[in-house]
Parts: sequence; structure tokens; C-alpha cells
Amino acid sequence: MKVFHGVALSWTVVDDVLEVRLHRAPANEIGTTTLRELEQLVTALHDGTTGARAVLLYSDRPAGFCAGADLRELYEGIQGIRHATVRRTLGALLTHLSEDTLRTARALLGDAARAGRRALVMPLVVREVERFLRRIHAVMDGLDTAPVVVVGALHGVVFGGGFELALATDVRVADRTARFAFPELRLGLVPGFGGVPRLEREVGTAVVSDLLLTGRSLNAKRAHALGIVGQLTAPGKHVDAARRAARQAARFDPATVAAAKRFARPLPRARLDDEIQTFLTCIRSPVVEDALARFVTSDDVRPYLP
Amino acid sequence: MPDHDALVRTILTLAAERFGPAGATLQPGDDLYDALGIDSLQAMDLLTALEDRFDIEIPDYELQDVRTVASIARVVGERL
Repeated sequence: MKVFHGVALSWTVVDDVLEVRLHRAPANEIGTTTLRELEQLVTALHDGTTGARAVLLYSDRPAGFCAGADLRELYEGIQGIRHATVRRTLGALLTHLSEDTLRTARALLGDAARAGRRALVMPLVVREVERFLRRIHAVMDGLDTAPVVVVGALHGVVFGGGFELALATDVRVADRTARFAFPELRLGLVPGFGGVPRLEREVGTAVVSDLLLTGRSLNAKRAHALGIVGQLTAPGKHVDAARRAARQAARFDPATVAAAKRFARPLPRARLDDEIQTFLTCIRSPVVEDALARFVTSDDVRPYLP
Repeated sequence: MPDHDALVRTILTLAAERFGPAGATLQPGDDLYDALGIDSLQAMDLLTALEDRFDIEIPDYELQDVRTVASIARVVGERL
């Protein structure tokens, strides 16, 4: 497929380069819609139907490249599972009780009721989250191992899942407005889209720990100095610079490019699998739902801060 | 440690450059978020501008409870 127009992303082939534009408002948050369209992209890259010899991945959103996972969708998903489960389990009983009786029962049961509800709901939440995680991991791995060079053009917010998406690209070109962060611990979670194993491939433990365990953001200049991005540009010049890099890579023999990628960037398979298990352990904690609720209802100017 | 007043002046100049008329009338003790009405992206932009101007890194959490130019100057001063 040489041309694709989706809700979250679109692509077209120009001069042998597949130009993929992320365009979902507000900041390319990755939910099921983006996931589905990324899956189509990865399939097209691996079956070679685009005919492209390199990829340019960029965002046209002013806020930045990508603000990460769609936390609102995650929160609403958990709420939806909870309501459906409670309705299914207690539906028959509830229809015979008045609102007053239910309120009294809730007040009397308190923590016990909450614990019981969590025990019912959590296995279903974990199952859905694991399904999503395995799909997004397949996408990130698919980009990482695509038989062509993938160049990421980065600006503004490159946070969480957005940082992880950037780390799945082969060559990263950032303008000076780009900032990188793993804010997941603030939500009681670890990065879940393969970010830590991929960052470990680029830099040492001191940097990974600093970013992961403080949640702070890193500016583009420092990210360049550390080797997280390969090229640094003036504000707004990153897409053109990334396009030139992709066109250069497209000139090389495809089989040699594929061999060079396999050699230079082996997939950290075991660490990626560990990450999924760690994430699934974290998601079981009540801390996560509370943090997500705070996030989606926040009107703070910096809602990603705890 | 550089002179605190000089840092305040530099940050006020930077705010005037970035936030136009509202930034130009900012006082050292004004609440930055109330006075400029900045959102999360502009706060991030300001952080990058501060880091660029002073060639330092400021972890986000150090600015979490910081709301005035005078207090930003203290945070910056400790990183120089």
C-alpha cells in the first residue's frame, strides 16, 4: 500500500521514502486506533508492498512527536470493565434493592466491598492490558526489525510511549524543542512499550535510572550529547533533516541495509519479555487506578507531575 | 554562585522574549502561571529556554512548586 489515510496516521511514498505523518490530536496519544494503524504500517513495511526503501516518521502536531499512551482510554477501559463486571455479577441482586439500601450496604461493607470488586475486576483488566501490550510490542519490534531504515523526526513532547516509539526508530533527528521522559512511575507503572530495554541499547544504566526513577525530562541537546538522538537541528528543521537522512539511507543496497540493521541493532528479546511481566505486576496495584483518575481529572498546568 | 538579582533580570528578559507583553510586565515576585496564563507545553518550553540560556539541566521536579521568577532564579543559581 503506497498511500494510506488513517485517523491517527497517514503515509505516502516520495522519492523511495515512506513518509509517515502522525496527526492525531492533541499529541498523538497511542490508544487502540493508533495501534491498529501502526499494525497496518508494520505489515506494509515487512511485506514490502509500499516499495519504499526507507521510512520517515514524524508528527504534524504542534505539541510534539507523541505524548505516549492514551491514558484517558486506559482509565475509561478499566472503568468499563469494572462496571460491566459488577453489573454482570450483581445485576440480578441489584435490581431488587433500592438506592438507599445499596448506599447503606456500600457504607457498611467499605473496604471489604472495594477489595471484593478489585478481586473480580482485576483479572479481566490484566487480560485486556496484556492483549494490548503484546500487540504494541509486536508493532515496536516490527518497526525495529523492518528491513528498511526508519528515521524518526522528533520535536516537543516525546514522552512515555512516544519516547518508546522514538527508540524503535533506527536514526533519530530531534530539533531543539524536543524533550524526552519516562513519566510512568508517577502513575505507578513502568514503561510498557519496550522503552527501557531499547534505551539500555543506547546508553548506560546511570542515564536509564535517572530518567526512569525520577521521571524527569531531558532536553534535546543533552539527549544528543548522551547518544539518544543522532542529529540535532534548529527548531522546526528536524523533518527536513530527517527526510534527507532517509533519502540518503534509501540509496544503499536493501539487502546490505537489512544485514547492517540486524548486526548493529539486535532486539533485546529477553528484556522486552521481562518488561511485559513487570508492567502486568504493576497494573494490579490500586495505585494505578487512583493515579489515572487524578491524571484524567487534573486541570493542573503540569498534569504529568504527581 | 552568580548574583541573584542579575539572574532575576536575565530570566525576566527571557520571559519578555517568550511571552510578549505579559512577560514584559512581569515582576520578580509575580506568580508565573497566573500572570502569564501558561499551559503545560509553555511550561516545558520555558524549562528548555532556561536550560539553553544558562547551559544547565533543571530536573522538572525542582520547578514543581516554583511559581515566581525570584524562586526560579534560586533554582537556576544552584545549578550554575
